[in-house]
Amino acid sequence: MSEKESPALIRVENVTKSFYGVRALNGVSFNVARGEVLGIMGPNGSGKTTLINCLTGFLKPTSGAIYFQGEDITGQAPYKIANAGIGRTFQIVRPYYTLPAYKNLIAPMFSPRARKFAGGGGLGDRDAIAIDILEELGFERDARVPYKPAGTLPLGYLKRLELARCLALKADVMVCDEVFSGLGAAEISSLLPLLERLNGEGVTLIMIEHRLKELFRLASRVVVLNYGVKLFDGAPEAAMRDEAVKEAYFGKGKEAVL
Amino acid sequence: MAAGLQNGRERRRERIDRGIKVRTDGLYALLSWREMCYLVAPRALLVAGLLIAPLLLPTLWQRVFCLTGIYTLLAFAYDFLVSYVGFVSLGGALWMGIGGYTAGIIASEFGLPPVLTLPIATFLGGAICTLLLMPTLRLRGIYFAIATFVYPFIFNHLIEALQIAGGTLGLMNLPTIQNDWVLVYTMAVFVLIVLFGLRRLVSEDLGIVFRSMMENDQAVSAAGINIVFLKIIGVFIASCIGCFAGAFLCVLYGSVSMSFFALDFSILPIAATVIGGAGTFAGALLGAVVLVPLTELIRGFGSLRMVAYSLILVLFVALKPVGVLPYLTRKYEQFERWVEV
Repeated sequence: MSEKESPALIRVENVTKSFYGVRALNGVSFNVARGEVLGIMGPNGSGKTTLINCLTGFLKPTSGAIYFQGEDITGQAPYKIANAGIGRTFQIVRPYYTLPAYKNLIAPMFSPRARKFAGGGGLGDRDAIAIDILEELGFERDARVPYKPAGTLPLGYLKRLELARCLALKADVMVCDEVFSGLGAAEISSLLPLLERLNGEGVTLIMIEHRLKELFRLASRVVVLNYGVKLFDGAPEAAMRDEAVKEAYFGKGKEAVL
Repeated sequence: MAAGLQNGRERRRERIDRGIKVRTDGLYALLSWREMCYLVAPRALLVAGLLIAPLLLPTLWQRVFCLTGIYTLLAFAYDFLVSYVGFVSLGGALWMGIGGYTAGIIASEFGLPPVLTLPIATFLGGAICTLLLMPTLRLRGIYFAIATFVYPFIFNHLIEALQIAGGTLGLMNLPTIQNDWVLVYTMAVFVLIVLFGLRRLVSEDLGIVFRSMMENDQAVSAAGINIVFLKIIGVFIASCIGCFAGAFLCVLYGSVSMSFFALDFSILPIAATVIGGAGTFAGALLGAVVLVPLTELIRGFGSLRMVAYSLILVLFVALKPVGVLPYLTRKYEQFERWVEV
């Protein structure tokens, strides 16, 4: 496919981020196509979260540029990037603990982007919309859960709440920072089809993940980082055969056992 | 649940929510007259109390009523910032000073009547305070509190050193409202408007977003909301309320002086909020209604007054840290009875 036929949704060009001389990211470039599931993997400290923070505006890249739908979003404020359509979840969940779960979605629904989708000033019944979104994301198993304070919910629900915030924002791209971490096998297996469905509905997913089995089931392409440098960019199966990736993960001369 | 032994039998206290359907929102409140009365009674009592109290007070105490109103408004502003926007504010003195001096300067320079100086000083003063505090809004932590605490000192010393705005003597002989009834009822009505307005605001969408931001500002900016702008709105709302209080005191006294920047205006509203219960607004009102007249009553104690006053505060913090109003609310909303285990 040529560049003109399918312009990339997100273009990351030569992004470098240094923290007082430590290079967390070193000239990372890749593209994200509309509708794909891109996995970002790498050992601990390889710069995955830094990359996501640069992409969503929480950090300003030292050099390089990031384009979203052809527009330069490098170093813009997080709320501007969110309003452009890139939603994110946090690795360590950040619910509004004292608010009931469904009230957690009022903030994204209050954003200019969500209001634009709702048709300007017309607000509608936000509580009902919030509950609909939560039910779509698996809160329907217990009708009382959306009304409980977010601080009392188990981690599985809180991870869904993070996703729900992106849905309420009507994000085109969801950047998921380790959604599976800390979850049990049962919760992961119920969250997986949910992400597949979101992708099927046209949401582009960028997933940072350590749970490679689950990641490979979802992702059509992976980017592997190590010490802030892009090691690999391609199909998941090829990543596992790549010598450089193997070395970064398992050391020299060792084999992957998945 | 308190457990106890009586006549050799173990008992515990059981608490049952009453009218839980009423307290959730929606149309349930309209189910019956009883439910409606149950909801309306405390609010009606408050409104009626505030409107009737001035009629029963002796003339001298009408001034205390106005002072109570001023402290109540400062307490509202403090409560709003600390419980819903997430800023610890020591800004009572700043608001009083800016509000008071804005009203005073407008009145003395342009000779405007109080009807105009009050609203102008409220919004202009609110805008000035917001501008002054803007540099700290990007930061989390104690910087906001420090800034609100320091500004009154800066202004005091500026006025003293440069002899501006009347210097150490202050601005005097400003136009006042001669009719005490007008003053008293302006204050009563304004307190009610601010009280119900703020309570409404914090349960509306904007208020929910404020509370979300208080819990986690980064998650709110990831949700597409400009948190600095939101904080500016929050501080502006609180500053306007505080500056109205300052402007009102200026109109009440017909003068404005450096004592408007006194620390009392920062501390007493906080004490009132702590005693009444933070986050309820009505609690702040209750606290001020207890504290301010009390301060007047024990004025005869001289400097021992502060001791008595501090003791009350310490006792409340130690014994009823949630405040009086949440305690009363619980009693109102729950049946209690002893059951044998």
